[in-house]
Parts: sequence; structure tokens; C-alpha cells
Amino acid sequence: MHLHDEAEAMLRGEQGQARRWAVEHQIRVGRYLGARDLVPVGQAHIMADTESLGEAGVAFLERFAAMPEQQRRVRVPTITDPRGTDFGAAVRLKQQDWMVALERRAVAAFEALGVLMTNTCINYQTIMPPVRGEHMAYGDTGVVIYCNSVLGARSNFEGGPSALAAGLTGFTPRYGYHLDACRRGSLLVETDWTPAALHEWGALGGVIGRLAGDYWRVPVIAGFDRVPGSDELKHFGAAMASFGSVAMFHIEGVTPEAADAFDSPRPAPVTVGRQAVASLLAEYATGGDKVDVVVFSAPQLSLLEMQAVAAMLDNRRVVVPLLAVTSPQVKPDADRMGLTQRIEASGAMVLSGMCFYQSYARELGEANGWRRLATNSAKLTNILGGYGYAPVLLSMEQCVEAACTGRLP
Amino acid sequence: MTAYRAAAAMGRTVRGRALVASDGFSARYDLDRIAGIFSRPQHELAGRSYVGVVLILDRAKGGVATAWMLHEMAARGIVPAALVFNTVNPIMAQGAALADATMMSGFEVDITRAVPDGALVEVDAEAVPPVLRVISGAETG
Repeated sequence: MHLHDEAEAMLRGEQGQARRWAVEHQIRVGRYLGARDLVPVGQAHIMADTESLGEAGVAFLERFAAMPEQQRRVRVPTITDPRGTDFGAAVRLKQQDWMVALERRAVAAFEALGVLMTNTCINYQTIMPPVRGEHMAYGDTGVVIYCNSVLGARSNFEGGPSALAAGLTGFTPRYGYHLDACRRGSLLVETDWTPAALHEWGALGGVIGRLAGDYWRVPVIAGFDRVPGSDELKHFGAAMASFGSVAMFHIEGVTPEAADAFDSPRPAPVTVGRQAVASLLAEYATGGDKVDVVVFSAPQLSLLEMQAVAAMLDNRRVVVPLLAVTSPQVKPDADRMGLTQRIEASGAMVLSGMCFYQSYARELGEANGWRRLATNSAKLTNILGGYGYAPVLLSMEQCVEAACTGRLP
Repeated sequence: MTAYRAAAAMGRTVRGRALVASDGFSARYDLDRIAGIFSRPQHELAGRSYVGVVLILDRAKGGVATAWMLHEMAARGIVPAALVFNTVNPIMAQGAALADATMMSGFEVDITRAVPDGALVEVDAEAVPPVLRVISGAETG
């Protein structure tokens, strides 16, 4: 793997131990994955909730935070994925003191590194969307797949350590989705059905993710009868990445690199449609009709999703907890426009800067007696089985109805 | 003794009993990391301990959390002895690099079908090319 002069200097420790660790980490990862050199990145985005970090991960960050300022500061704009709590709601969520304390330590360490605590997985909707062709080190699968596919940016899945390394060095190993060859289509999916609701977009993304089943495969989808919106593609991509570890897709006639996805001739298509989505939904519909909690999260809600939730809850009361999780960028707008007040007037909770599955989901379930969980997020449905939940995937309207009656529709 | 060459590896050479399934792997989606078992009910290894074994699975799946979680698991000693896959995603490589774990991937055969569950195996990550050796068959009784 070729290193330029600056990387060589970092490797020799001339810019401190933090950058030395970072470039050593990048060399190990890059060699494993066949990178030939390093590519400069415009931003890094770090996933680092403390359930993932644990005490060991927080202590790892604190070692960097204790280094001299010149050596520890990130070199490119570096932002964060959701945290493990909303500090203002931790007591209501029955999160334990040690969780909050660990989160505070992680935040302090990141701030010492010069990281911007954006705490969001929808930065492409709220912070700064990347430009086509811009190389990034994004650390959330939903962010990566959206930005690669819809916006034409170039990023691999960069887990927290690698995103941190990219922030510290300003570059990342050039493999995978930084390369033209990896961005070409490798699976043709034809459909005669265009989803309507967000949970259907997520479910279809999940079906295609399972079909692809591999980080290195790039589905090309043909047959939608309209151009999907940003929230629809957000759920579609997040679920595809979750169910299949997929990092990029093309939609013919929509996404920017779709026209060049295949050489001639095109591969034989796989057909998916409404029936496949119905089958996926049915997998989660076998846990009885009682519901313990309703969650809108994963990805965090956009302002438009917050508006939709508010409209559905107007003049209603929830009888089981309903959590609407958004970003710290959307929340002030939701406050200012009265959306938060309308949602919380129903008894529901608006949470900010966290994401349900990244917030000690197992302990949340045990502390609150939550097992049967309704959501319109296919991604969340896919994740939570391992945390002891019996999730069910419904429309936003059905979820609100479930929250107001305690029963699944 | 049967040996299988791999395309890539990192970490030290280790020996251990193989825990094998044709399923995928994500530390967040599949594990109860406190109990050290596979917890996702649909996983082929649901209920089985992953601690100290050579974990042989088809592919890495899911999200980015594994990159931190392997490090956290290693710090508590609740971790597989080695990770072996047919196919990895970058997160597994990043996580193994941070955790200083032994990992190997990319075989000419489906390694989940080639190695019997319970076999004693050696993951020689330092060989060139890397090699997985089946030392003896599955323990019985």
C-alpha cells in the first residue's frame, strides 16, 4: 500500500501518537481490503454510542483526549452519529446513571478532539449533503448507502475507529466504493410495484438487501413509476444496508450513476414486488395483538416526518409509550413550529440526538417492560430481535393507532 | 489434516474448536455480549456460546457497531478466539484491526461447509498465503 509523504511522517510519529495510531490502523485495514493508497476525505462521521464503545472504548478515546491539543485535533470536519441517550430524557427512559455518565465521558473526549457533536444519522438531510464524487468517511450504514446511491458521494462503511482515524489523518484507504469499478451494478432487480408508505419502502429495501446479501454487491432497481422522495429513499436504503450490508444501489432513471451501472448485455433480472414485501411484513406479525411501545426512529425523523406524526396525534392520547426520535438539528425547528408540543400533548415523547437501537435497547426493554414493539422502520425491526424484542413493522398510521389503543390493528 | 488457503488474514495464529454455521455475523444484531451467546432467535447459532471458539460463518452483515464491539468484547475476554468468513465487509476488518483479533476470509471453497462444527482448527494468519487447517474432527460424547 503506497503512503504519501505526509502519511509516512504520521507513521513515524512526527505528528503525535494519535495520528500514528490512525495511520497504522488505516494500513492494517487497507492491506486487508486491497487498498493501493489513501484518498483525502471531505468529512468523517463517527458512530460511537457507548453501548458499542463500552468502558474500553471510552477509555480508548480518553487516551487521545489527554494528548497535546495540536496532536489530538481532527484535521477534517468530523461529526457524530446518534448518541446512546437524550440527556434530557434519560430518567424518563429509565436509563441507568452509569449509562449517562459513560455518554458524558465519550462526549467530553470527542469534544477535546475537535469533533462536532451533531449526533445524527440524517446528516445528508440536515448538516451538509456531499457533492457527487466527493470522498467521505461516513460511519453509519444508512448515511453511506444514501450518500453513495442518491448523491453520488464515495464512502465505505467506516466504523467508529476508522472514521476517527480518517478525521485524524484527513484521508482513508482507497478501496471499495471509492473506486469506479466497485460502483457498477451487479444485481438487476425489476419491480412492477412502487411502494406508497415509508414502511413499505423500508420493507422493499429489506427484501432487496437480503437478495444482495453482500457488501460488495450493488443492486440496480428498475420499474418504479415515480421518483421517490428523500424520506422514502432514506428508509429504502437504511433497510437495504441493514438486511444485506449493502452500501450502494442504483435506481434507473433516478440516481446519478444508474445510467452507467451495467455494460451490455444486462444481467438476467430478479423480479420482486408486493408479494415479497408482504412476506417480509408477515415474518414480524406473529407476536399477538398487544403492543408495549411504539417507536419512530432508525433513521431519525426528518422535519416532514415529525409533521406527519404530529398531525396523526392531534386530539388523541397514547395509552402505551410512543417515542418519536429526531436529530438535534430538526428538534429546534419542531419546537419552533409547534410540532413537538402537538406530539407531546398526546402523551408521546419527542427525543433528540439518540437512536432507539443505539441507546441500550436491551436495558430499555428490561427496565420498561417493553417487548412487543411497533415501528414503521424496517431497519429497526431487523435489528431488535437480538435485543429481546418482538418487533412488528407497520405503517406510521397503524403505529399511531396502536399507541392510542394498546393493540395492533 | 486438511488445509484451506485464504485471500486475507490479520492477527496471530490461534487454535481452537470451530463453531460453524452458514449464517452471517453482526455483533449488534446477533449477540448477547454480556452472556457471550448468540441471542438473535433466527440465527443458526442461537443460544450457543461464542467465547473462545474459532467462529466460522458465511459473511459479515449489518451495521457498523461491530467495529467498536469487538474491541469491547476483547477487553472483557468475552470474545471468539478467531473469526473466519467466506466474505467480510470493511467493518469486520476495521473491528478486527482495533481489537487486535485474528481474522481470515476469502476461501476457494465454502468454508462453512468444509469445516465440521466442533472440529479442532488452526487459523494460521501469519502464513503466506494464510491457511486454515483442520487438525482433528468434531469432539463426540
